[in-house]
Amino acid sequence: MSSRHGITVTVNGAQVTREVDARTLLVHFLREDLSLTGTHIGCDTTSCGACTVHLDGVAVKSCTVFAVQADGANVDTVEGLADGATLHPLQEGFWEKHGLQCGYCTPGMLMAAKELLARNPDPTEEEIRFGISGNLCRCTGYNKIVEAIQYAAQKLREAGEEAHA
Amino acid sequence: MIPGEFEYHAPSTVEDAVSLLDTLGDEAKVLAGGHSLVPAMRFRLAQPRHLVDINRIAGLSYVREEDGHLVIGALTRESELEHSSLVAGRYPLLADAGRVIADPLVRNRGTVGGNLAHADPANDHPAVMLAYGATLVARGPGGERVIPVDDFFVGLFESALKPNELLVEIRIPSPGAGSGGAYRKLERKVGDYAISAAAVQLTMDGSMCTAARIALTNVSPVPMRANAAEAEILGEEPTEDAIEAAGRAAAAECDPSADLRGSEEYKRDITRVLVKRAIRAAVTRAQGGA
Repeated sequence: MSSRHGITVTVNGAQVTREVDARTLLVHFLREDLSLTGTHIGCDTTSCGACTVHLDGVAVKSCTVFAVQADGANVDTVEGLADGATLHPLQEGFWEKHGLQCGYCTPGMLMAAKELLARNPDPTEEEIRFGISGNLCRCTGYNKIVEAIQYAAQKLREAGEEAHA
Repeated sequence: MIPGEFEYHAPSTVEDAVSLLDTLGDEAKVLAGGHSLVPAMRFRLAQPRHLVDINRIAGLSYVREEDGHLVIGALTRESELEHSSLVAGRYPLLADAGRVIADPLVRNRGTVGGNLAHADPANDHPAVMLAYGATLVARGPGGERVIPVDDFFVGLFESALKPNELLVEIRIPSPGAGSGGAYRKLERKVGDYAISAAAVQLTMDGSMCTAARIALTNVSPVPMRANAAEAEILGEEPTEDAIEAAGRAAAAECDPSADLRGSEEYKRDITRVLVKRAIRAAVTRAQGGA
C-alpha cells in the first residue's frame, strides 16, 4: 500500500499541514485537499501546462510532482496572484487584451508568464512565445495571450521604474 | 489518472540513497525530475513498489569546469543548463539541445541525470553525450564507478547502471581549439519527442576534419553512434559531397520504426538531412563562426 506522510506546505503565503498518500499528486492536493480549484487539470500527460504552479519560485506542472515532494516548500497558485481586489498586472493584461477565450489554460499561462517576466522583464515576442511553449491553448488564442503578456511586462517595468525613482 | 501505490523514501545523502537501493533491489525506482517516471506511473506502464526521491540530497546539482571537463551534477535541472553562460559560451552542442528538450516547464524540473539514466533512445542527452564522448559516474555500495558513455546504453530503457547504483555526475571533455558541435532536431511540436535528431562534435585543423563523433536520437532501439557517418568526414575535408555521404551513411545505419511520427523511409531521410545540417553548423562553429 501507499505510505502516508504528514506534510507542511506554505501555499500562497499561508502554512498548511495535511496528511497525504505518497501517490497524491500536487495538483490533486491543491484542488481536492485545499479546494484551490484555480489550478486546472488539462491533459493528464504532462503536456498542456494548465496545472502550472510555482514550487519554491519555479514554474512546474503540478500534475507531475507528488504532494509529498512539496513538504517544506512554498507553493504559489493563480489564487495568490491578485492583491485583494487589485488584479496582478498579468491578470489585468489578460483582461484588457482579451488574452483568453474559454479560459481553461489561463491559470497555467499566468503562472508560466510570471516566471518568464521574472527572468526576462522585457521579452521580445519570440521570447514570449518560447517561454509559454509548454502551455497549450486549445482555443489557439496565442496572439492575444502574447499581447496580454507584453501589456503586463510594460506595466511591471513602469512600476519598477517608479519604485526606483 | 493516479499512479499505483508505492512506498516513498526521501534520503538526504547519496550514501543513504544507495543503501536504500541496495536493500530494495529492483522493486525501487529513483525519482529525480520525475518527468518520464511519473507519466509512466500514471499510465501504469511503471508500477514500482518503492520510490527513492533524490531531490532532497544536497550537492548533486552543479555545472562547472574542472580538470579539463565540464562536470554536471546528475540532479542538475535542464533549465540550469539552458541558462548557463558557461554552457552557452563553450558547449554549443549541449546548448543547442538544452533549448529543445521537452518544454520550458518540463526543463524546470527534468534533470540531466534522469534524461540519461532512463536510457530512452527518444531522449536528447544520450546522443549529445555520445557525441561528446562523455563519461558517467555512478555511486554504488562499493564506491564510485566511471562508465564511458559508449558502454552506458545497453538496451531499450536499459543502462549499464546496476539496481543499487545511483548516477551522480556527467563529465564532458572540454573542447579543444578548432572544435565545434551542434544538435539539430525535428519535432512535430514543442514537447514531443524527436522524429529524429543528430548530435555532432568535431575538430577542424584548417580545412581538414581531424576528429568527429556523431550520434542520433530516436531512430534506433538503443541510443546510437553513427560510425559510418563519422568515417565519411573523419580525416577528410568536409565538402558538400562528404557531408552528403555522411548523411546517407547515417540514414543507412540507423534503425527507425514506423510510428505516428512517420514511416521508416521518412525517418531515414530526415536523419540524412539533420546529420548534414548538424555537420555544417559544427564545422562553421569549429572555424569560429556562430
